[in-house]
Amino acid sequence: MTAVGRLARRAALALGLPLAIIAVLWVASADSQSFYLPPLRTVLETFADVWLSARLIDDVLPSLLRLAVGYLAAVALGVAIGVPLGASRTVRGVVEPVLEFFRAIPPPVMVPILILIAGIGDIMKVLVIVFGCVWPVLLNTVEGVRAVDPVLDETARCYRIRGLARLRHLVLRGASPQIFTGMRQSLSIGIILMVISEMFASSNGLGFTIIQFQRSFAIPEMWSGIILLGLVGVLLSLAFRAVEGRVLAWYYSLRRSHRGEPTG
Amino acid sequence: MLDVRGIHKVYEGRGRTVEAIRELTFSVAGGELVCLVGPSGCGKTTLLKCVAGLLTPTAGEVRLQGQVVSAPPPGMAVVFQEYGRSLFPWMTVRGNLELPLKQKRLARDRRAELVAEALAAVGLHDVDGAYPWQLSGGMQQRVAIARAIAYEPQVLLMDEPFAAVDAQTRAELEDLLRTVWRRFGVTILFVTHDIDEAVYLGQRVLVLSSSPTVIMEDLPIDLPDERDQLTTRSAPRFAELRAHVYGLVQRAKQGGRAGETPAAQAQPAERIPGG
Repeated sequence: MTAVGRLARRAALALGLPLAIIAVLWVASADSQSFYLPPLRTVLETFADVWLSARLIDDVLPSLLRLAVGYLAAVALGVAIGVPLGASRTVRGVVEPVLEFFRAIPPPVMVPILILIAGIGDIMKVLVIVFGCVWPVLLNTVEGVRAVDPVLDETARCYRIRGLARLRHLVLRGASPQIFTGMRQSLSIGIILMVISEMFASSNGLGFTIIQFQRSFAIPEMWSGIILLGLVGVLLSLAFRAVEGRVLAWYYSLRRSHRGEPTG
Repeated sequence: MLDVRGIHKVYEGRGRTVEAIRELTFSVAGGELVCLVGPSGCGKTTLLKCVAGLLTPTAGEVRLQGQVVSAPPPGMAVVFQEYGRSLFPWMTVRGNLELPLKQKRLARDRRAELVAEALAAVGLHDVDGAYPWQLSGGMQQRVAIARAIAYEPQVLLMDEPFAAVDAQTRAELEDLLRTVWRRFGVTILFVTHDIDEAVYLGQRVLVLSSSPTVIMEDLPIDLPDERDQLTTRSAPRFAELRAHVYGLVQRAKQGGRAGETPAAQAQPAERIPGG
């Protein structure tokens, strides 16, 4: 099979179930009289009117920007705290109880408190995202740093690879598969928090708009917003996989070779 | 070149104190190839780590060209037994060889020169773009040796480097080591549990007792400088030396120390216990 043929086959497999579900829903809801579950056809018709308009710039873009800032800040913070924690058992012993306390607090519960601290603007929303997204990255970073191979560590010491070089070439790269696992979890959490942060005291955003539609009973518009949210999730996930595939290419090939598969 | 004086190493565990090394003193002159051999668990690896600066001895000191070793010094390179785990899997072979050289702040041209020379010296061609896990075990160990050579160390420490490869590869690597040693004039301290290997490779063989470890004998190997697997290993002198070392190691396993005859060892058992 040619490369194009393989790609086509994979695309067909990936799109098969979604298209099937859409088809079934289309047919099943075609004659729906329910106010809260309008026909799929109606929802898709409103989709273009609602979203392919100024709303893309005024609502969707700010939401995505806040998500990006919050997510990247959470990753940076999670790694920055996770590395010293993973490296030292003493530091872990001292800091972990406090971390466990804060980790147990669901981010939505923190929203009113963050409004008191940071107001109702963009900063508050970014903080909500950071507060929720930092934990998977932090905990996975700690695990990844702890699991650095001791033989590799001794090799680095022998060749006097210390300080920043050791951090970069040994610790971070060695922990990177684990860190990316945490980042993947954080991405899902981030999308959810992006919406939640806009539920209270907001003036723009994708989540804000969906809630507005819900509160004003614009049901087909609300559903179209939910569909858009799902599409955003899919696109972000694909983008993440592309980045991960580049950064961890060595790791996937290594695992394939261990399993005896061709590493191409 | 390398002075090991009175190394004493005790491990403190929970309620258990293990004296791994009692007293080790020896010297290695510049350009020598010295082998350390002894029964399993006799602290060979512990000693090597003390010499490398990876472990601090409880007492005693190691001096490299007169300077005390308290941390891994420049001018020392180590080749470990677990070659698969000592090479960085996220870097190519070239990346692995270049990393210590970048730490030494060498210029790009010089690094490229050293890498090419080292890979050629170990008989590896066209692998510098490959990743370590794409290579066979023997090739990976060659890469580890090439990395050590490219580093241009004064002393090369090797911790049972050929224990984890098959016999034929081991024979090739032994000959490779001697070739590399003579070509680059590097001082080598080679730890092994394989008596044949120690006698085949070394100019001197230090036989260690079992734990708590002391040196049983410092044996000069008077085999010719030109050695090869076939003729050297079937020479009568090789067999004599090998038998001698083997006898020492057997005594070591039974708890013997330097200079004791088997008769002297038997006496303590005849004493009345509880005295």
